[in-house]
Amino acid sequence: MAQPADRLYTKEHEWVKIDGTNAVVGITDYAQSSLGDIVYVEMPRPGVAVERGKPVGVVESVKAVSDIYAPVSGTIVEVNAAVEEDQTKVNSDPYGDGWLVKLKLADADKTGLMDAVAYEELVKSL
Amino acid sequence: MYTPHTDDEIRAMLAEIGAPSLEALSSPPRGLEIKESLGLPPALPEAEAYSHLKALAGKNDAARKVSFLGAGAYRHYQPPAVPWFAMRSEFLTAYTPYQAEASQGSLQAIFEWQTYVCLLTGMDVSNASLYDGATALVEGVIMAMHANGCKRVVVSQAVHPMYRAVLATYATGMGLEVIDLPYDAAGVTDLEGGADLARGASCVVVQSPNFFGCIEDVDAASKLAHDNDALSVCVTAEALSLAVLKTPRECGADIALGEAQSFGLPVGYGGPYVGFIASTKEHVRRLPGRLVGETTDVDGRRAFVLTLQGREQHIRRELATSNICTNQALCALIATVYLATVGATGLRAIATTNLRRARELSDALTSITGFSRAFGTPFFNEFCLRTPVPAEQLARALERRGILAGLPLSRFYPELTHHLLICATELTTPDDIRHLNSALAEETSRAVAAV
Amino acid sequence: MPSLLFEQGAPGRGSTFVASPGAPTRYLDASLLRSDLPMPDLAEIEVARHFTELSHRNFSVDTNFYPLGSCTMKYNPKLNEAVAGFPGFTDLHPFAPDSGAQGALHLLWDMERSLSALFGMTEFSLMPAAGAHGEITAMLMAKKYFAQTGQGARDVCLVPDTAHGTNPASAAMVGYRVVSIPSTIRGRTDVAALKRKLDGSTAVCMMTNPNTLGLFEDDIIDITKAVHAAGGLMYYDGANANAIVGLVRPGDMGFDLLHLNLHKTFSVPHGGGGPGSGPVGANAKLAKYLPKPVVVRNDDGSFALDWERASSIGPVRAFWSHFLAIVRAYAYIIVHGEEGLRRNSQLAVLNANYVRAKIKDVLIVPYDDFCRHEFVCSAETLKKETGVRALDLAKGLLDAGIHAPTMYWPHVVPECLMIEPTETETREMLDNFSATIHVLVKQAHDDPASMAELPLHTPVRRVDEAQVGRQANKGIGLRWQPK
Repeated sequence: MAQPADRLYTKEHEWVKIDGTNAVVGITDYAQSSLGDIVYVEMPRPGVAVERGKPVGVVESVKAVSDIYAPVSGTIVEVNAAVEEDQTKVNSDPYGDGWLVKLKLADADKTGLMDAVAYEELVKSL
Repeated sequence: MYTPHTDDEIRAMLAEIGAPSLEALSSPPRGLEIKESLGLPPALPEAEAYSHLKALAGKNDAARKVSFLGAGAYRHYQPPAVPWFAMRSEFLTAYTPYQAEASQGSLQAIFEWQTYVCLLTGMDVSNASLYDGATALVEGVIMAMHANGCKRVVVSQAVHPMYRAVLATYATGMGLEVIDLPYDAAGVTDLEGGADLARGASCVVVQSPNFFGCIEDVDAASKLAHDNDALSVCVTAEALSLAVLKTPRECGADIALGEAQSFGLPVGYGGPYVGFIASTKEHVRRLPGRLVGETTDVDGRRAFVLTLQGREQHIRRELATSNICTNQALCALIATVYLATVGATGLRAIATTNLRRARELSDALTSITGFSRAFGTPFFNEFCLRTPVPAEQLARALERRGILAGLPLSRFYPELTHHLLICATELTTPDDIRHLNSALAEETSRAVAAV
Repeated sequence: MPSLLFEQGAPGRGSTFVASPGAPTRYLDASLLRSDLPMPDLAEIEVARHFTELSHRNFSVDTNFYPLGSCTMKYNPKLNEAVAGFPGFTDLHPFAPDSGAQGALHLLWDMERSLSALFGMTEFSLMPAAGAHGEITAMLMAKKYFAQTGQGARDVCLVPDTAHGTNPASAAMVGYRVVSIPSTIRGRTDVAALKRKLDGSTAVCMMTNPNTLGLFEDDIIDITKAVHAAGGLMYYDGANANAIVGLVRPGDMGFDLLHLNLHKTFSVPHGGGGPGSGPVGANAKLAKYLPKPVVVRNDDGSFALDWERASSIGPVRAFWSHFLAIVRAYAYIIVHGEEGLRRNSQLAVLNANYVRAKIKDVLIVPYDDFCRHEFVCSAETLKKETGVRALDLAKGLLDAGIHAPTMYWPHVVPECLMIEPTETETREMLDNFSATIHVLVKQAHDDPASMAELPLHTPVRRVDEAQVGRQANKGIGLRWQPK
């Protein structure tokens, strides 16, 4: 799966799609593939403030547990209820229906974020 | 021989390995070798070892005496079918069931144990077992802490003193604050008097029947906990009581935990026993240790497998819910075979017999002048006898007469000097009761006369 | 396919086992009682067939070879079972007066003395129920030691990256920050890296020797000296003790605290996941912190439980020990004696090296040295060449009636298999295992797709772990439910 060009990426394999002061966050295809079948997703609740680079939740598969790090700073607005019900969406459609949270940005700081081309390079090197 | 190697085999194997000798392969670096004899006694041939151990076993006179001891370890009937099946080699010498295809026997048995624990406690989910009731209490408190982030726990002083001592050991190392809830004149937790203490607490912990044998008002304890946004934790040290008493769930508990030694495990000088822990669905991810779940295999057959291992030490390491690895699988199996063997009818009848014998015991002993029940609260199979002379003295006197009369409570509660914790089970006979009755009466007269 | 107990039985198949005592309401008010007891009533023949059939669906040491690294699945002598079943042991109540428990106390005291001698420690507590329990006991002791010596600020626990998961979990449970120490390409702990991490916040360094790669940490004296110089304590994880009993002592290596796994090294059966026993040993400096009560010998030669241990961390179990497990380990020790125990260790090392020699041409063994009681090999090259992984090889072994080795740990070796045959396996069995590995590797090259189908002949085949994981997270599927 090629990385969609309409969003930015972290070295921890999260993606963030920014639209003005709103953002959507998920994990990348590389992440879901490394984890295997995902059985549990835990994200902070709406209203919680998150800080860039800090662990905010977990994604758990049968054999591993992965921390999710906030790619940007902001406040959680919505958690993907469909994914909480059916975690397979994160495996099958990590860039679409498998999104994890929506948040309101606290600032425009894009430190630590890279574009699709740079992320593709990173994945190739692993 | 324990090891099958002949000298020829060793030589041939060393040649294939390309090593000159066993010493070359196994010795430590220079300077670390053990230089002198360690002083262990010389090896005993098997038959002598057997005799030696038989003699040691024979030196435990207390194992042969008529006993009224309970206090967290209970003498119950073990149907011979229980060890016959549970101790089969395929269970006894199996490893932890990490390879599901090779362990369906162990895994299904654990799934059945988990089910039994839920049925007995009324809870939704249970784990595969813990070491014992005391460590189960520690794990339950940790669960509550993870649920609400508070590091303050409120624990009744009528909870088994050794359980509380173990909690204190862990609490010091984990930065937990443990607040005592005192007991009252009725021998139960003073919930009203202790109401303020529950504010800001993570959980409220009571044991029922408690250490004194008294049945607690667990409903009220749960209400106190919930009124303070805390979890209600109900401890059971005598698991047989679960067969007849209102379940912890029915009494509002969020977490039910305790000791299941009563289900077919010998008292065995203190272990191994088997702890259980169960909770409402909401806390499933906080449960410590192993969990077995039901699934299907590639051919659609029902299969059992360890699940939610993401919580455990081998995956999550320092972020694990607990460090527990080896638990008490075979003990849980013994308990499961026991519960299957006795069934609902048997368990209920055995439990009711405990109720009956304990009352016969109580009636007999309180008919001796100077003896009474210390607490008026209803009890299961254990109660506290108030004695006219110090209980320690009486217990020692009866010991000399070949009877283990019970546990003097002053051992753990210095203020309770004239209190003897005494237990009757389905193994207690009317003869035992008569015997104790006359012995107690005689020794008391003697002691009173000596004063 | 076996049904569950709850799918069998019928009301009326039950028996009371004791004389019918009437209803509980005769003795207690109905408000205190539960309304029903929804457990099955089974005829004894149903129980018999159920558990016998379940036992046929298990691997076990008595039926199969288990080359599980770091588990020491050695044979469990039946003498040990017999003696652990003596009524003089099973019927002894923990609150029996000391005078009536002299046999048990003597046994425990003898055991404590033997372990102290074997491992170079001043004193042991026999209280902890398992290895992980021993670990946390030792961590609690370390914490108390530092608190009492005004060094309570020390909060870092150093753990090699090859360590067992319980090590960091135990350290974290007592609030230590876990710092991982890398391994060198020689498979040993990187001493220079470890030394760089030592400072005033160092509390404990947890290690096992030989390590989980089966290699002896040659620099151990250097390590223990450095940690002590920094004011830290050395803790020995006894999981790999089967390589060293009678040959070298952790006390002599410089360890202050250790735990043992009697269900590994001392032949106590694994029971499908316990009960074990995890005695904790301490040197002179730390012995006073051991859990209480401990067993002591009085001047008159009698034995007693000693509760007067002012500096003890307190008890870690409700009662004194996993006594019936210790009886088994004790029988093992007295039958072998010092010489026998040493020889067992040597033969464990021989067997591991033998298997290593026989399979290293098909599975890469990353370290050139001879191993100790276990070794690690990797299916990484196989995976690159054929796509077949360590997991697939493991499943293939099950079809051959051999339990899979430990896999995917330590993490420093990709696609790893950790193999520990133990000393009780015959040469024929080791040859059989090695031949099976060759057959499986050949199959991986010839027909890689077929490997994903394995196992074919076990009672169930590969299970759907994802399905159960998702359900379990919602609290479903962890117990039988009535319809």
